[in-house]
Amino acid sequence: MGRVATVNNIINFSCVDGPGSRLVIFMQGCNFNCKNCHNPYTIDMCDSCGDCVASCPANALSLTHNAQGKPKVEWHSELCTQCDTCLSICPKQSSPKTRQYSVPQVLALIRKQVFFINGITVSGGEATLQLPFIIELFQAIKSSDDLSHLSCMIDSNGYLATNAWQQVMPYLDGAMIDLKSWQQQTHRYITNRDNHRVFASLKLLAEQDKLYEIRLLHIPGVSDFDSEIDAVAAYLKQLPASVRVKLNAFQQHGVTGEARLWESCTEQQMQTLAARLTERGVANLILPNVYL
Amino acid sequence: MTPQARFAEISRNPLLSPKQKSGLLALEAEASIPYVAISAAVKQAMAQGAICDMFEGHAPFKPRYVLPDYAKYLKNGSEYLELAPAQDLDEALNALTIIYHHVPSVTNIPVYLGQLDDVLLPYCQGLDDDTIYRKLKLFWIMLDRTLPDAFMHVNIGPTDNIVCRTILRIDAELKQIAPNLTFMYDPAVTPDELLQIAASNICECSKPHIANYPIHASTFDQQGFGIVSCYNSLPLAGGANTLVRLNLKEVALQASSIGDFFTNVLPHYCQLTFELIDARATFLHQESNFFNSFLVQEGLIEESRFAPMFGIYGMAEAVNILQGTPDFNEDSLDKPSNHYGHNAAANELGHQISKALDAIVKSTPVKFGYNGRALLHSQGGMNTDRDVTPGVRIPYGTEPNPITHIQALAEHHQYYTSGISDILTIDETVKANPQAMMQLCKGALKLGFREFSANVATNDLVRVTGYMVKLSDIARYKEQGSRTNTTSLGADAAQNTNILARQPRVVAHELTPAHSK
Ligand code: SF4
Ligand code: SF4
Repeated sequence: MGRVATVNNIINFSCVDGPGSRLVIFMQGCNFNCKNCHNPYTIDMCDSCGDCVASCPANALSLTHNAQGKPKVEWHSELCTQCDTCLSICPKQSSPKTRQYSVPQVLALIRKQVFFINGITVSGGEATLQLPFIIELFQAIKSSDDLSHLSCMIDSNGYLATNAWQQVMPYLDGAMIDLKSWQQQTHRYITNRDNHRVFASLKLLAEQDKLYEIRLLHIPGVSDFDSEIDAVAAYLKQLPASVRVKLNAFQQHGVTGEARLWESCTEQQMQTLAARLTERGVANLILPNVYL
Repeated sequence: MTPQARFAEISRNPLLSPKQKSGLLALEAEASIPYVAISAAVKQAMAQGAICDMFEGHAPFKPRYVLPDYAKYLKNGSEYLELAPAQDLDEALNALTIIYHHVPSVTNIPVYLGQLDDVLLPYCQGLDDDTIYRKLKLFWIMLDRTLPDAFMHVNIGPTDNIVCRTILRIDAELKQIAPNLTFMYDPAVTPDELLQIAASNICECSKPHIANYPIHASTFDQQGFGIVSCYNSLPLAGGANTLVRLNLKEVALQASSIGDFFTNVLPHYCQLTFELIDARATFLHQESNFFNSFLVQEGLIEESRFAPMFGIYGMAEAVNILQGTPDFNEDSLDKPSNHYGHNAAANELGHQISKALDAIVKSTPVKFGYNGRALLHSQGGMNTDRDVTPGVRIPYGTEPNPITHIQALAEHHQYYTSGISDILTIDETVKANPQAMMQLCKGALKLGFREFSANVATNDLVRVTGYMVKLSDIARYKEQGSRTNTTSLGADAAQNTNILARQPRVVAHELTPAHSK
């Protein structure tokens, strides 16, 4: 016991991160480097270089050193105005605005609003990079009489190895997995990683009846779900019928680098993709309810 | 403007129907009757805006809200209305349609249409579901078209029955402004699946609102209660003789310190409020001859079951003023805040004020009350209110996420026996996830909320202060007038207050797209 997680944010009521009303924990750190990432400051871990400290207009950041002289950046949330200057300064795609949570601390947060939620979701960043913490947390939830009714879900990029999924499986109620592209090169172009392990995760979760949702991000002209529509549809159709197929529309808002040149996906483009999947027999499609 | 000029203006108004004109002309006439006798101190408090009689008229000749015992009426028939006891559903619906036109209220339109599942179930024996559906649907359409006022309230639940289910189905289908609808929820009686239907309806059309049945039931006696107009809970076979409301913002402005507020200023203004309550209720009960009505003679209402409502509003401003917290502005929205609704100490002060009000109202006798007392009410606002927030609500546009919102206010609910509402505005993402709506509702009621009301942000049909309007009607009213009485109130309210700025919030949305990968 006694593990801590580095958390970017916790929100107490979400309608879009799994079934019902959920508390969502956004973990810091990701092993993908997606060009389309809307929150790149969650990708890397802060190494307490201290570069951001002086830039903070609200004096909400300070640099301390422990007994061994190791530096540590501290964030004083009560002073922070959420201006995000620190995020733009950070050379590492990280954020000083993270917090360490132990399992008992997260359990206390959950208990504070247990009547309002159907479950919890760990998201990120990439939640599974902190898998031992997740296992401990889910275990604790499932073994507490007052919390065991809560469903425990993971929102992931699917890169976790299958044997690692096996470890969390007994405590996991369901997973939401992103499939960023169909073809290997496209996936590599967008995320910097291949998608074999994503497919392996999807297969395992589907077999174990733990795949709640597969998410396809449609980036017109960049992602390849439309050009590979027959293969994609055939793949989706062999998944269990209960799996929600969620189509996400790429939005430029918040992205950096070359993704800023990509076009946002319009409602029309989304409808077209959805219609082509429906024609090919894909059911249980979930479309976005807002387009920016 | 001279009275004649005002009458002439009303008679020529291009946006009002003849009926609406008659109503406004009658109000003008009422306003020319001398005001009931009150002291100079009360007059002054009214002039300064600290106490308000809700424009009920100078000499109240009808109670504000009347809740007849419709079940008794159907069972016995009515000598006055020359009706025999109802024998089947057609006769029951016909008899209700008739009596609704004889139930007075402050708006002249009945605010209470009955606990319709209890009232109608005895007449549905032997009818198949489809027949019940067709008859109730016509009844529902009739109500909206002939009594077009969103203050008019139907109650259903907490039991699971065919009338309750059919009404929920029809209400979601028709999405009418009227009637307003309350679904009673009792965790010991109501199946989850039925609550889920009600919660899904909220996602569709922001109705019904969900009442905490056990809490309301324990507030009133065996004879029962009803929820009427915008979230007033009152004794069945009785009602509210008057509603006088106290502007806590104005009261706080008179106080030199928090101590002064509790020991001197608040008790003083409460006494003035009671004086106005007694003066108004005395006229109604002793001079107006209202209680000679057939409603009393036939036992459908009882004079002793009428209570004055002691309303309050402006809690948010009062707390911020007492704590010396500057007004909210755009800059302060995302920062840690000292404001009411966002800060534990501010919320706590609010709870103390409610507790003090409760103690005063429970210990002060009134001349005409329910068990000799008035009932405390968190008043849902009026279209003339500016820079003051309804009831104990968190100001428009500054509300925190729904759970924090509920947690900040739950503590108040125990005190407001004749009703309190806080409207939660929830982002449209909830539409695809009605289970989340239901869980939020369950959480709120579990924490002691008396009522759960929610708006889904993009719904055309929304609650304004407490009654429903269609947003498209507000736009249209500007051009051509509206069939619905409350739309003109809604149009004023939208202009005068920040109602349409009420923030749609689902916390995930604050992070979207920041966290959408
Ligand atoms: S967002 Fe960063 S820079 Fe801005 S106030 Fe907060 S800590 Fe300081
Ligand atoms: S957030 Fe970035 S800049 Fe700030 S200390 Fe951490 S790594 Fe350095």
